[in-house]
Formats: sequence, structure tokens, C-alpha cells
Amino acid sequence: MDIADFFDTFFEEAEELLADMEQHLLELNVDNPDIEQLNAIFRAAHSIKGGAGTFGFSVLQKTTHILENLLDHARKGELVLRAELVDTFLEAKDIMHEQLDAYRNEEAPNQEAYERICQVLQQIALEEIGQTLDAPVEAAAPAPVVQAEEPAKASAGQNQLIVALLNVVEKERTLLVEELEQLGDVQSQSGDEKCYEVILSGDVSADDIEAVMCFIIEPEQIEIRVASGAPATAQEEAKSTPPPAPVTPEPATPEPEAARPPAEAKKAPDSSTKSKKAAAESSSIRVSVDKVDQIINLVGELIITQSMLDQTVSDLDDQSVGNSSLQNGMSLLQRNARDLQEAVMSIRMIPMEFVFSRFPRVVRDTAGKLGKEIELVTEGKSTELDKSLVERITDPLTHLVRNSLDHGIEMPDKREALGKPRMGKLVLSARHQGGNILIEVRDDGAGMDRERLLTKARENGLSVSDTMSDEDVYQLIFAPGFSTAEAVTDVSGRGVGMDVVKRNIQGMGGRVEIQSKKGEGTNTRIVLPLTLAILDGMSIKVGGETFILPLSTVLESLQPTKDEMYAMAGDDVVLKVRDEYLPVIAVHEVLDVENAITDPTQSIAVIVQGEGRRYAMLVDELVGQQQVVVKNLEDNYRKVPGISAATILGDGSVALILDITGLHRLSRVKKEASKVINNQPISLYKEAEPS
Amino acid sequence: MSQANNEAVLAADEAENREFLVFSLGEEEYAIDILKVQEIRGYENVTRIANAPDFIKGVTNLRGVIVPIVDLRIKFHLDNVEYGGQTVVIVVNVADRVVGIVVDGVSDVMTLNPEQIKPAPEFGVTLSSDFLSGLGSLDDRMLVLVDIDKLLTSEEMALVDSTSNR
Repeated sequence: MDIADFFDTFFEEAEELLADMEQHLLELNVDNPDIEQLNAIFRAAHSIKGGAGTFGFSVLQKTTHILENLLDHARKGELVLRAELVDTFLEAKDIMHEQLDAYRNEEAPNQEAYERICQVLQQIALEEIGQTLDAPVEAAAPAPVVQAEEPAKASAGQNQLIVALLNVVEKERTLLVEELEQLGDVQSQSGDEKCYEVILSGDVSADDIEAVMCFIIEPEQIEIRVASGAPATAQEEAKSTPPPAPVTPEPATPEPEAARPPAEAKKAPDSSTKSKKAAAESSSIRVSVDKVDQIINLVGELIITQSMLDQTVSDLDDQSVGNSSLQNGMSLLQRNARDLQEAVMSIRMIPMEFVFSRFPRVVRDTAGKLGKEIELVTEGKSTELDKSLVERITDPLTHLVRNSLDHGIEMPDKREALGKPRMGKLVLSARHQGGNILIEVRDDGAGMDRERLLTKARENGLSVSDTMSDEDVYQLIFAPGFSTAEAVTDVSGRGVGMDVVKRNIQGMGGRVEIQSKKGEGTNTRIVLPLTLAILDGMSIKVGGETFILPLSTVLESLQPTKDEMYAMAGDDVVLKVRDEYLPVIAVHEVLDVENAITDPTQSIAVIVQGEGRRYAMLVDELVGQQQVVVKNLEDNYRKVPGISAATILGDGSVALILDITGLHRLSRVKKEASKVINNQPISLYKEAEPS
Repeated sequence: MSQANNEAVLAADEAENREFLVFSLGEEEYAIDILKVQEIRGYENVTRIANAPDFIKGVTNLRGVIVPIVDLRIKFHLDNVEYGGQTVVIVVNVADRVVGIVVDGVSDVMTLNPEQIKPAPEFGVTLSSDFLSGLGSLDDRMLVLVDIDKLLTSEEMALVDSTSNR
């Protein structure tokens, strides 16, 4: 394991800890804070500080350190929490997150933000607890010092500590002693496996020793005492009394600190993550997505093999006794294989909670800025969605939520005047519906004004008519540059974004619907496929070949008649469908399929929509709907014009998934080319120059 | 080659000896570096890809992976191209890709020492000598050693997106 992996582990963990911290801060009831929650926030800060210190991220470490001290006062009841303080803590958390990102990108963290937040936090310490902190950058908060702890603090500069290692096997002990040697001078060491004592002198705090040791052994296995005899009580106090010189020497000597982590990292491979995690969450492991995808592939193969076997068995003459037990075995195998497939697919699924958990913050901040009172309700947090979709849904959803808060929900006074409760309600919900997931952003605000939307649309030069359905009118808000907000606010109203929202969602194979009632609220519904890896497809046959059309592009199918087909200049043909002339794409021509039906009136026209345009595709036969697993063609081959991907059918053969717009483009290119070179069949691939 | 002979050669110059998979295309014998070979399987269930060059037979499903199949017999303009139970596909790994090549048959795995590998002469049009790593002579047999990496990633094979490499 190299040092980079180690950093990554820290970054990931720190990110989780920060998220935890934020969640707890948001849930915190300022009037009657839950001590457990305060403890949890404190622990998160403490862990980040420890890690940051170990890896030499001194700015992050110092920021966390100040915050940690304040939190420590808070959990001891010495700091009375107020909403503004929580806001400040949240801000500090944001800055820590930025610092973390900066370190991750190997950049220097923003010094200005760092200094400012330190200032603010220290101000709080001064005002709320009546204590000054030391030098602003030195950044150590003086804990309310109990007499007994005094020696530990006073002698922190050059003290002697007795580090007792309990129940540590010899191999680990050697490692630990090496670690200690790096931290300070080891004066003496003695003892046995049960209790091994190391006397350490140097400019080092109990905190640091513990932080380093935790990579190798459990915290319970370490006991640190001050050598002078004054018991430094347990670690808990040691933690809360940071020495005046902030943890370890790194402000003064950054280089040795920087040089240290690699050594530690190499000595304590995996075990660091393991031992640290073991306490907190031993119930999950990190696995790379590649591995999961590989398993999914293999299981898919298993299913195909199983259905092939099944076919063979059912073809057998089933009179004999042996066959019936074979068939029983087969049905058992089938059930197990399906269960296995489902279980494996669920590995990629993560609950919507990952998305929803950021919204309390978004809502709080936005509502604060707008001066509105909002209650956020989330439903269906445990609804599961493919990981890649979860990552991509967050931004569009944030936009919709902001929009609801800004345009939807009215100001408290206005709501009161309308006879609504002062506090607006915003509901985020997620649930399964068929093979899709349905995500709703529902508010009880003003709702959409059909007339105003139409007026605005006319002003923007969009073609609208008074007879449009409500649904179509509401969809106008997704037009580029469309905004009905009376004032452009910081939050929204610039008209940029809603079109992006729609595009993003369509890019995920989903769609947005709006339901609204004036005066009662708006419900924005996002319908998404459960996973990008699976597509709802319509299988069609042309000649003997099977192709898949994405079901979301299919509008209808019909049998064309001679009268409805019109030839245009050149070879182009259009099909008239209810006053609309649709370009015809004959699949067998575009894809050179042999033995296909060439007479349009004998074939089936599938009306499809791609990138906003409609086409009539001529195919031989509609086979049926099925879910298919999407496979990339470019992994081992190349991009194929008119084909978006491939899939594997139940019989193990490959079927190509058609790309509507690509197919149309291809048909144009082919027609052009055939005109130019006298109907010679052409290759669409560049002929290679003999080199 | 006898066992003793083989071992002697191995001992003499182990690092330089290379193993080749020998396959036949028509009457000729070709060989590719065995380390490129992933597996050998039968020719079945190939889905045609429209508008691709004729020697690209299409794609097939190799345990969940979509693999393009190239027929070298068509590429090398052999007269007798038939598909039957005996048609063999050699699945090779080149440039992080998996590609299947159709050949008439697979015969042997041969170990060649550097002295047995002669430089390839300037060749005709069908197979540019750029794609050859040499000629292997083994008793009275001649093996055409194909640089499968270069051949399959070359532009004329149209297997790799030319734009993706730029």
C-alpha cells in the first residue's frame, strides 16, 4: 500500500466525518442540546484533527483544533449554544471541507478563510466563555484547567511521559516503540506482553502519541501517564487539555512532520484503517466499483448459462424418473441464480439518504437568505438508486429545491395573510414505481400561474397558444432563459438552470413532470430509471437480426399505408402522421440488413423521438419489451455510427442498441455518399493510406 | 523438438526464448506471441455490425464482455473462407482490449530461440512487413511471426477509434 492510498483513506474518512458533523449540527436543538450529539460532533472534530496532524495538514489541523476546543466547552455545558453559533460552526465545517479539498488536490488551503474563521471562533471563545485564546495562529484554547491536570499542561514543552502498552504482542510493540522514537526520546523501556512501559521525553503531547498509536492498536490498549507521578488521569482529559504549543512541533518544524507520515504509513499498512474502523463501523467495507461490475457481469453470464441449460432440460423427454429430479434441480438453480443476481445488483444501489442528507443544510441556508420559514420533510430516504445516478441527481435536485424555496413558497407574512401557516413546507420524497424511481419536490407555496407563464413565454418569443395543456405550459419553465421571478435574487431567478436541470435528467434517461395548483403548491416529479446499467428496451426485428430501441424514445407504432408516404426530393421519404410529416428511416437500408421487408406498407413504422425530433423507423417486427443490461461497445471495439451500445440477450447472443439521431445522420450520410459515387456501397470508415 | 534439446536451449538462453502459438490460415502457418493469447474458442453467435469492413465479422459475447471478431482469412484475402464447427477464434489481449481473431486452425505451441527468428523480408501488399516481427524457421517449417499488437491497432484494421488516440 503506498502513501497515496493512505492519504485517500484519510480524505474519505475525513469527508464522512465532516458530513456526520454537519448532520449532527443541523439536528442539534440549540435550546436543549442532546449531550450525545455534542459528543458525536466533538469526536468527529477530534478524529479529523488527529488525522490531519499525522499527515501534516497543519492548517486543517489547527482549524479543527480551535473548533474542537469550542465544541468541548459546549459539550461540557460551559458554552451556551445559540443558532448563530451553530451557523458559525457550520461555516467552520465548510472551510475545513475546502481545506480538505485543497489538500486532496495538493494545493495550499485558502489562508484568508483560515485566518478569518480562526478569528471568528476565537471571538466566540472570548465572548461566550470569557477566555482569550493564546496567539491567534498558535491557536490553542486554554481548557478550564483543573488543578490535577496542571502538570501535564505545564510540562508539555519538555516532559516525560510513561506510555504503557497493554496486551500488545511483541511484533506490534516493536513497531510502536519505533513510532515513539520518532516522536521523542525513548528514555527506557521495560515490561512484558501484558504491560509494557516506555518512558518518553520530548516535546510531545499524550494526544499525539495516542493518535499515532491508534493506527496500530486500539485506544484501550494505551495508557499514558506523566512521569512526574501526577496521574494524567485518562486519555479523555489528556485530550481536552491540549498543551499551549499546539499539538506537536509541526508549526515550528514542518519538514520533519512532513517526512514522518510515509514512515508511519508503511509500517502500519491496512491495520490502521481496520483498527480505526473496527470500533466505529465494522459492518461495511469499501470495494472498488470495478470489482462490483465484474461480479455483475459474471452473474449475468451465469443467468444466461442457466437459461441455456433450462432450455436443454425442458427439451428432454421427461418420462423417466431421473429427469424429474433433474428438473427440480434446474428450478432450484433458476431461483438461486435470480436471487443471486438481485443481490449482486443491489450492491451498486445506495439509499437516497445520501442525496437527501445535504438538503437540510441547503434549505436552512437558502431560507435564511430569503427570510422565509421552511420546514423540510423527507420521505423514502431508504429508497435505493444506482450509485452513478445518485451522484448525478444531486445538482438538478438542489436546483429544484432552491427554485421551490425562492419562487414557490411565499414570505411568512404573505402566507399568514392567505390563511396558510407561516412556516412553508417542502417535501422531498423518493419511491419506487414500477422499474423506475420517482423523486418528488413538493411545496405548499403559491403554485404556478398559467397566465403569467404564457405572458412571459410570449415576451420571450416562444411560440405558445392559449389552448396548451397545463402540463405543457408548466414545461415552459424548462425553456432556456425562462424566468418568471419578479426580482432576480441571489438564489435563483436568472433563468439559467432549469433548462440544464431538464437536460441533466434526460441525460440520465429520465424525465421531469410538473403538477401545480395556483395558491396550493407545486409538485415537481423526476422519474428516473433505477440504474444506468439497465435499460428498458423494445426489441425489434429487421431481417433476421434483433435490435433494441430504448423504450423511452418510442412513442407509438403503426402500419403505414401507401397514401401516407410521400417521396421528397432525392431519395427522402416522409410519413404523414396526424398532420405531421416525419422523416422515414428504413433500418434495413441504413444498417444493410439482408432479407428484410423492403415494402414499407408491409413493415411497421415505429414513431421515435430523439433530441426533440421525431422520426418514423421502418422495422419488420416488434418483438416485445424487455430490460437489457447496457454494455459498452467502445471498450474493445470502437464507436459505431447509429449504435449507442450493445446488450446480451437471453440466448447469449449480442444485440445492438440503436441510437435514433445517429441512425438518422447515418442515413443522410449514406444517401449523400451513394449519390456521389454512383451507388457504390461505401465504407464509412476512413480508408487507410498504404503507409 | 526433443525434450532434452528443449531443455538445453532453455538453459542456454532462457530469457531470450519466446513461445508462440502457431495457427494456420489456408496453407500458411502463422504464429503470435503466446502471452497475448487469452483463450481459444469456437466461432459462434457473432452479431454483425453494419457498415464495418468485411473482415470485421461483428461482435460476440465473451462471458459478459462484448468482443469484436476479426476474420484474418478475409483480411489476408484467402480464397476459402468457411465457417463450421472447426473454425477457431483466438481471443487475444492487445492494447488493453480483447479481440477475437478467426483462423483456420490452431496447431502448436512452439518455443523459438533468437537464432531461429529471421528478419522478415519486405513483403507484398496484403500483409505489410510492419506487422511482422520476423520469420521463424523450425526444421523445414516456416512460421510467419505476426506482431499482433501492431496489426490489430493499425488504422487499416479499423478496430480502434482513430479519434480516441489523438
